[in-house]
Amino acid sequence: MTVNILAFGIAREIVGGSSLRMEVGDAATVGALKAVLEERYPALRELASLLIAQDAEFASPADPLRPGSELALIPPVSGG
Amino acid sequence: MTDVQLLDTPLDIQACINGVLWPGAGGIDVFIGTVRNQTKGRDVVRLEFEAYASMALREMNAIAAEAMERWPVQRIVLHHRIGVLEVGEVPVVIAVAAAHRAAAFDACRYIIDTLKERVPIWKKEVFSDGASWVAAHP
Repeated sequence: MTVNILAFGIAREIVGGSSLRMEVGDAATVGALKAVLEERYPALRELASLLIAQDAEFASPADPLRPGSELALIPPVSGG
Repeated sequence: MTDVQLLDTPLDIQACINGVLWPGAGGIDVFIGTVRNQTKGRDVVRLEFEAYASMALREMNAIAAEAMERWPVQRIVLHHRIGVLEVGEVPVVIAVAAAHRAAAFDACRYIIDTLKERVPIWKKEVFSDGASWVAAHP
């Protein structure tokens, strides 16, 4: 299936845009998606942390990707 | 009662305080974040804030609700600004009203500390000689 991923902050700069589309296996998990992204954009591995949100909630690596969900790359936050 | 907002315009500190005024309050605790002019000896020119707005609002509302649950506080205002902020400007205002001051202090501190840990908002520090995303690298 095709997934859409939003990217923010330094992750947006690393992937070169505020969103990207990727083809993943139908049984893909959040962790597998992260691994593919880190392979394609090695600078993501240098971040202090990189979390993935699914439908505006923090996701765990084992969570399955839901078709049509909104995914987002969350590099270390720094609000306030 | 909580009032949580993400704004791209200057924050109104007095309005935040007015928002928690309440006859049963014995005190109001207010935290105002401001843009500092230097980081580790480098001169900061401005900060650029961006947010994953839908998730940031969801997390900010969750944090305010957690504070209401954990401490006997009655009113919370949490406003965060995004966009370009100059030195001295205000990215965040938190106002908490409670019958007794200890709860207001504790809840206010919890809200700012937790916001910094988990709300998807990012700031880029722009220096006179470069720029970097805060906390991005170990």
